[in-house]
Amino acid sequence: MKLTEKIIEGLLWLSAAITILVTVGIIWVLLSESVAFFSEVSVIEFFTDTEWTPLFDVKRFGILPLLAGTFLTTAIAIAVALPIGLTIAIYLNEYADASFRAVIKPLLEILATIPTVVYGFFALTVVTPFLQQLIPGLAGFNALSAGMVMGIMIIPMISSLSEDAISAVPKSLREAAYGMGATRLQTAFGVMVPAASSGILVSIILAISRAVGETMIVAIAAGQQPRLTLNPLVPVETMTTYIVQVSLGDVPHGSLEYRTIFAVGITLFIFTFALNNISFWIKKKYQEKYD
Amino acid sequence: MTNADRNRLKDKAFQFFGIFCTFIGLAVLAVFLIDILIDGIGRIDWEFLNNLPSRRAHRSGIYTAWIGTLWILLLTTIIAFPLGIGAGVYLEEYGKKSRMATILEINIANLAGVPSIIYGLLGLEIFVRLMALGGSLLAGALTLSLLILPIVIVTTREAIKAVPRSIRDGSFALGASKWQTVWYQVLPASFGGILTGVILALSRAVGEAAPLIVIGALAYVPFAPASPMDEFTVLPIQIFNWISRPQAAFTTNAAAAIIVLLVITFILNGIAVYLRHKWQKRIKW
Amino acid sequence: MSKKKNKLEAIDLNAYYGDFLALKNINVSMEENLVTAFIGPSGCGKSTFLRTLNRMNDYVDGFRVQGQILLDEQDIYRKEVQVDELRKQVGMVFQKPNPFPKTIYENVIYGLKIQGISDKTLLQETAEKTLRQTTLWDEVKDKLHKSALALSGGQQQRLCIARALAISPSVVLMDEPTSALDPISTAKIEELIYELKKNYTIIIVTHNMQQAARVSDHTAFFYMGELVEFAKTKTLFTSPKETRTQNYITGRFG
Repeated sequence: MKLTEKIIEGLLWLSAAITILVTVGIIWVLLSESVAFFSEVSVIEFFTDTEWTPLFDVKRFGILPLLAGTFLTTAIAIAVALPIGLTIAIYLNEYADASFRAVIKPLLEILATIPTVVYGFFALTVVTPFLQQLIPGLAGFNALSAGMVMGIMIIPMISSLSEDAISAVPKSLREAAYGMGATRLQTAFGVMVPAASSGILVSIILAISRAVGETMIVAIAAGQQPRLTLNPLVPVETMTTYIVQVSLGDVPHGSLEYRTIFAVGITLFIFTFALNNISFWIKKKYQEKYD
Repeated sequence: MTNADRNRLKDKAFQFFGIFCTFIGLAVLAVFLIDILIDGIGRIDWEFLNNLPSRRAHRSGIYTAWIGTLWILLLTTIIAFPLGIGAGVYLEEYGKKSRMATILEINIANLAGVPSIIYGLLGLEIFVRLMALGGSLLAGALTLSLLILPIVIVTTREAIKAVPRSIRDGSFALGASKWQTVWYQVLPASFGGILTGVILALSRAVGEAAPLIVIGALAYVPFAPASPMDEFTVLPIQIFNWISRPQAAFTTNAAAAIIVLLVITFILNGIAVYLRHKWQKRIKW
Repeated sequence: MSKKKNKLEAIDLNAYYGDFLALKNINVSMEENLVTAFIGPSGCGKSTFLRTLNRMNDYVDGFRVQGQILLDEQDIYRKEVQVDELRKQVGMVFQKPNPFPKTIYENVIYGLKIQGISDKTLLQETAEKTLRQTTLWDEVKDKLHKSALALSGGQQQRLCIARALAISPSVVLMDEPTSALDPISTAKIEELIYELKKNYTIIIVTHNMQQAARVSDHTAFFYMGELVEFAKTKTLFTSPKETRTQNYITGRFG
């Protein structure tokens, strides 16, 4: 009887401990392959060279073009998702009534459940042709359309996390503002949003992290041309797209080309890891403030 | 116009902007679904579901892809379900407040934020190469299981947390051991919540393409997989492959396959929402 | 005091939550087949003490005890004591009825089921017997396989008592068992306690002094973690020795 209990506890512990193994595995895999990569390519070249052509005859290993592509699509996505998502959060909290909220929130969540490959299709076949009518010089693959569609996907993330943050602000603050004759708008932007600012910040950081790691939309609609540019109208390549591109090809295992995806992978990992941990840190500080 | 009038006007203006923003996402969603339906619905027929992929668009089907997707769903459930629930139970009922639990908690939160393509790199090195599983269904399912594990664990913990302390006390007071209490009381009482979480996690797994591309799942597989060690493709990869081709007929195929993928995703989500609703009604503490 | 056998006995008992001393040097004996009531204001330690008697506080972080608690002259905090075995002898009923979200029948037989008893006739007989003991049988015999959560609060609490009795304990601990119930349900539970003491030793924590006076043989008054006074209920309520007891029972505090 006692023994079975111990065995079961051991098994449960094991399944929890596997998550540690996953983390260790990720770091080990990324590190071991990229250490091999950086023994052939200098870190300085990796971070300063302005061209990324590992699959060409003349190989250049500068990750800046991939970073630029990632930055560009992420920035566009946030530029779309932040104003819309935050406005939705404020509107649902300060203006809408409970029954409206109850209907709208699950509908918005649908946006987050749609597979990203589907968004990619949408960006390529609907949004890009539409934008081409407005912007004549727009290329068939471009950062703009991929970034915008990614922004739409991220809206529910920002709106629901921000809404949680705003609704966690004590009611008394809102009532105090109303009591002084403030309009709903003044209350929202003068009192509620500042009071919830750290929670809103967390939602933005997590959204950025999500956009940086997003793969299929950009792989489908943004192109596969590493280019050091901030022009949203031309094809670019993100870090994630590059990994997909190599995976689809026939790169022999153990070659330098093969290792590039781990060097890119560890760069991507460090970015998202840092963003996530900044958000945890802010969240923790902010929770302490309210207790 | 007085200052107060101006303020009231601004207030109204923002209200309309709020409504506009709330609906723009939904409007885009609607446009999108309608567009896909128009593009793809005419392509869906018995043959489309039963044909193998082909060089010629009109003879191509999604048979291998949806069989692959079902396999992946099944295997991922078998792997991630017990692991995720086990870990959730451990953290909530056994390891509370230990140092280990704090580390695990931070670790799981971090894993949840790791981009899915990184899981692909992990799967490529560990499952495909080190364990020599190749680009098999099993390698794919293991990779996706690790990917959704954080979601399953977090929702399991939430569901278990909702079971009131008094139920555990009642069970302990009758001489039940910890595991008996978990098995006979806590898990049955939280099962609806756990199941909801697992299904939501699966609906996430069904739509994933990136990590599977990285581990080498192929867009062209001539036969439907028949065992976990077979090579495979899944719907999202098939869709990606078709989108990448220039001919319009393949775009139509992609739209049709998207309809099938969305139906699967929405069914899974629908089941999850239904279960959550039903469970909330049934148990009122 | 009577000459009955001591069923439970606390000797020099101290209990801590972390650094906080929740029970200070408690010495008290609870006699067999009597009802002993613990009274005192909130936070006085009476519930903590009750929960040390079946080691329910074992799972509370930072909780520890010094001293001894003897059940049939054996210390229940000895290393070799299995808590689950102890709890089969010392049953417990809680403040708020806490039926499991299962059927009435499954609730009653739960304690037997986890002991591995699967003999259907035995389970059914026990269920009927304990439901009769708690006067619930006639009310629920037609819906044994319906959810226990559909019962009224008073019925639920009697079900919880039946559930505790089903594993044949010799002691039943009751932690303010009627505090969540209406007066009629309370009266039923009190009658039940009176019946049950023929076969069980009952220890009841109560906020309600009238209840202690009605149901108990002995009463212990706790205040700030100390056992202030312990006596026959009648004596304690009519001629308390301690001023603090007197102040409490006359309603000057608490």
